[in-house]
Amino acid sequence: MRARLLAMNAGDFEQQSVVGIPSTVSRQNPTPPSPPSPPPADVRPMLEFSQAAVRFGYRTVWSDVNVSVMPGEFVAILGPNGVGKSTLIKVALGLVPLSAGTATVLGAEPGQAGRDLGYLPQRRSFDQGLRVRGIDVVRLGADGDRWGTPLPFARRWSAQSRAQQERIDEVIEMVGAGQYAERPIGEVSGGEQQRLLIAQALVRRPKLLLLDEPLDSLDLPNQAAVAALISRISRDEGVAVAMVAHDVNPIMSYLDRVIYIGQGGAVSGTVEQVINSETLSRLYDTPIEVLRASDGRLVVVGDPEAPSHHSDRHSGRPLP
Amino acid sequence: MIAVVAATVREGLGWNLVDDMRQLFELHFMVNAFRAGTIVAVVAGAMGWFTVLRRQSFAGHALAVVSFPGAAGAVWLGASATAGTFVASVSAALVIALVPRSASGGGDGEDSAVIGTVQALALASGVLFVSLYGGFLNSLNGLLFGTFLGITDDQVTTLIIVGAAVLAVLAGIGRPLFFATIDADVAQASGVPVRMLSVVFLVLLGCAAAEVSQITGSLLVFALLVLPAASAQRLTSRPGSSFVLTIVLAVAITWVALAAAYFSVHPIGFFVTTIGLGVFVVVTVAQSAKVRIQRRGRSGFTSQGLAA
Ligand SMILES: Nc1ncnc2c1ncn2[C@@H]1O[C@H](COP(=O)(O)OP(=O)(O)O)[C@@H](O)[C@H]1O
Ligand SMILES: [Mg+2]
Repeated sequence: MRARLLAMNAGDFEQQSVVGIPSTVSRQNPTPPSPPSPPPADVRPMLEFSQAAVRFGYRTVWSDVNVSVMPGEFVAILGPNGVGKSTLIKVALGLVPLSAGTATVLGAEPGQAGRDLGYLPQRRSFDQGLRVRGIDVVRLGADGDRWGTPLPFARRWSAQSRAQQERIDEVIEMVGAGQYAERPIGEVSGGEQQRLLIAQALVRRPKLLLLDEPLDSLDLPNQAAVAALISRISRDEGVAVAMVAHDVNPIMSYLDRVIYIGQGGAVSGTVEQVINSETLSRLYDTPIEVLRASDGRLVVVGDPEAPSHHSDRHSGRPLP
Repeated sequence: MIAVVAATVREGLGWNLVDDMRQLFELHFMVNAFRAGTIVAVVAGAMGWFTVLRRQSFAGHALAVVSFPGAAGAVWLGASATAGTFVASVSAALVIALVPRSASGGGDGEDSAVIGTVQALALASGVLFVSLYGGFLNSLNGLLFGTFLGITDDQVTTLIIVGAAVLAVLAGIGRPLFFATIDADVAQASGVPVRMLSVVFLVLLGCAAAEVSQITGSLLVFALLVLPAASAQRLTSRPGSSFVLTIVLAVAITWVALAAAYFSVHPIGFFVTTIGLGVFVVVTVAQSAKVRIQRRGRSGFTSQGLAA
């Protein structure tokens, strides 16, 4: 047990995510968890699932999910690989239908929210040879769904087109992509592509951003930087953010709330309320330990799908 | 007809360029060749730009190959070869579009097994039609490798009508098609009908491939469809500029190839292909040289920054 804990403290999160462990390490606030203050009655959620379930064929991905995201909130959606985090986002976008329950996005049916929703899909990287500039990809977020063809020199005579260009420049500035927005997007780094894609999702001033593992495949400094960026945007622009993550570590300090998804439902609350042995063990119906290392960091140990495999895997690992 | 043409053609290339140009446009068949070539080049450029971005060049090639059995079958049945090419290429486009894609391929990945099969079947049935018709080998060369001789006024009219229709539809779907090409997931989430656009695009590609095959022959369509777009996209990453440049290159390549074919004994398909390839090679070499220079500049900058 001790060996396992030390091995995990070494920060080898990649290994953990491969075997599907909800793993989190954080500087935990020592103050006892306090229940979140109930939202005022007139504030409607940006996103609300109730009694929701998704089935693909005979396989139920998850059921009995009741979650919500309030205006301006920064919420992480967590859970092991394959539990259906991306599916939850796709339901919100109207790309996957619910088999039971209801989903409401910005007060409407999923798929109706349109311009008020920003989306960044999972694991998107552009082909190295793609000779299209970052700024063109950002522009698609503004008008890509409009029929027709962009006309040359539209900015000279169309005020609307000029306003759009100003907004594009603004979001590129906001994500700090000014240096490389004119370069072909295939040639910039993964972190830079991710920033451009966040800019793309922001162009239309959405009220809700749905980000599917935006920190995936970034190195640690970039993860921290992009996480800080998303948090800043959420605050400055007043955007609610629902962000899927497999490692909550880089975003822990920015989060208002976390949503942990399991097959039989989801739990949500503050980090302290959700990421503890009792709550996670109940959600995954298998013993899961949340441990605190001597330096105050929090370690979640356990594998909701195959607990025995997991401990075999890690007990023999050499210490660094 | 061909014999008369051949007799008039071989006056040879003189030193007076103006005189040569005049000579080129004196003959009605040559005027028609330039008209047809220009229409075809514009359509090939516009469609090719998207084809290269979408990585569907292989599908474009297959659809062009299908125009061969289309023409051969039409001639065998006593119908118009031009009509045959369009019917065949558009039908093949629908087959490729409607066969479900392998799950791993995602949105716009080509299903090379389906496309390859369509192509093989096309060549096989083309050969069958030729042998069924018998004694038709003269135009076999033209069908496969291109010809600019004997393009009729009717053919030019057909090319204009179909070409204008293709360009009109393309103009209507241009922006969402670009979105779906670059970023299918987000496009779909924003309400762009990605699947429908990909079917429409393949049908347009079928029309374009059939048009281009009238000039380059069905086996060499690739040259005019893919090479100008690939070259232009290397030269600039601005979508508007590379789109216009693609069309300019396609038209220029076609004109030079037509002139070269007129003053020589070799088929036009050869000239289109070699000139197109020449442009592509020059652009690629120039671009990689530029990248190397930039990289050297950038690493110099970094070491300075570190030293400071
Ligand atoms: N379109 C689909 N058809 C069938 N099964 C699917 C589909 N999309 C996702 N799944 C399955 O649903 C489960 C959840 O997938 P996903 O939402 O991508 O998980 P996560 O994002 O949490 O890793 C997986 O087992 C996946 O195989
Ligand atoms: Mg996922």
